[in-house]
Amino acid sequence: MSKKQPVSRRQFLNYTLTGVGGFMAAGMLMPMVRFAVDPVLKGEAAGDFHPTQQKVSELTDTPVRVDFSYEQTDAWYTSEVTHTAWVYKNNKGDIVALSPVCKHLGCTVSWEGNDHKDKFFCPCHNGLYEKNGKNVPGTPPLKPLDVYPTAEKDGLLQLGKPEANNV
Amino acid sequence: MLNKIYDWVDERLDITPMWRDIADHEVPEHVNPAHHFSAFVYCFGGLTFFVTVIQILSGMFLTMYYVPDIKNAWESVYYLQNEVAFGVIVRGMHHWGASLVIVMMFLHTLRVFFQGAYKKPRELNWVVGVLIFFVMLGLGFTGYLLPWDMKALFATKVGIEIAASTPLIGHELKVLLAGHPDIIGAQTLTRFFAIHVFFLPAALLALMAGHFIMIRKQGISGPL
Repeated sequence: MSKKQPVSRRQFLNYTLTGVGGFMAAGMLMPMVRFAVDPVLKGEAAGDFHPTQQKVSELTDTPVRVDFSYEQTDAWYTSEVTHTAWVYKNNKGDIVALSPVCKHLGCTVSWEGNDHKDKFFCPCHNGLYEKNGKNVPGTPPLKPLDVYPTAEKDGLLQLGKPEANNV
Repeated sequence: MLNKIYDWVDERLDITPMWRDIADHEVPEHVNPAHHFSAFVYCFGGLTFFVTVIQILSGMFLTMYYVPDIKNAWESVYYLQNEVAFGVIVRGMHHWGASLVIVMMFLHTLRVFFQGAYKKPRELNWVVGVLIFFVMLGLGFTGYLLPWDMKALFATKVGIEIAASTPLIGHELKVLLAGHPDIIGAQTLTRFFAIHVFFLPAALLALMAGHFIMIRKQGISGPL
């Protein structure tokens, strides 16, 4: 044993007690913290397609409002929720289904609301979007309207979970 | 780094005497299990406090998921226990800790009783200790109802009937506890929740502060 003692007895006891105490405190707190942050770590459910009553053959180049309902599970609470899409066929014949949730602060937009020709209009702060969902510069929204993935089953439209629109 | 932060605060607020006064004092030889192993009986008060801290922490976390409502209470408990990560452990800590706190408190009481440590000048601290005992029983009684299962419901029915058998004020006491003359239901659950998470913990913290200030002031009782 060397004569030099880089760690004194007092320091050694301090370190070991802090270590053991910290280990015990962590063992106590770790389950509780993991319990609390669980919603963050659970991740988002994959977007299932939800059926609507809209016949695909009846879609035109004018956006129509499509309401659809499905059962939503919120932890221990299950309920029927209704969502809305504005759906039309673009000039290539593809179905475009836009979310009505304004990208400014989450109000609900409507097609040609408040007499804005060929635009989606949000009444909260006068936000405007083109028909393809692109936000009109100079109005509050900074991003285009989200777009629903679409599918067709038995001639009826099905809608998924809205995604960012890159028009 | 930590030392620097400490020094910075200490320079301005002079905190060293504060924590020294609370935490820095010698354990008398007759209380130290390193000298006499039998001195472990002095640990039960501290263990009661330790388990109480766990109860408060785990209870705080449980209320992130629990709802005190007759339609959702049981569902939310089922969800937090079975669907949330570590739910079974956090609920288990609160469930088993509730019993453990009673056990530790009882052992602490036995030690104080058989050592005669409650005698003059420490009678007031004994009284406060007994009040803490009643608050703990109240916490156990009100917490038992919260999962809103059959066991909880019937245990509470029995408890409230016992309260109703009090002479003269029995009926009023029953209505006060249950929130309704004949139903143990929605109002009982919200009442018990409020009592369990707000009123009794507040009383408990105040009483514990008194308990600790007195033991600090008077010191621990001498050797037998």
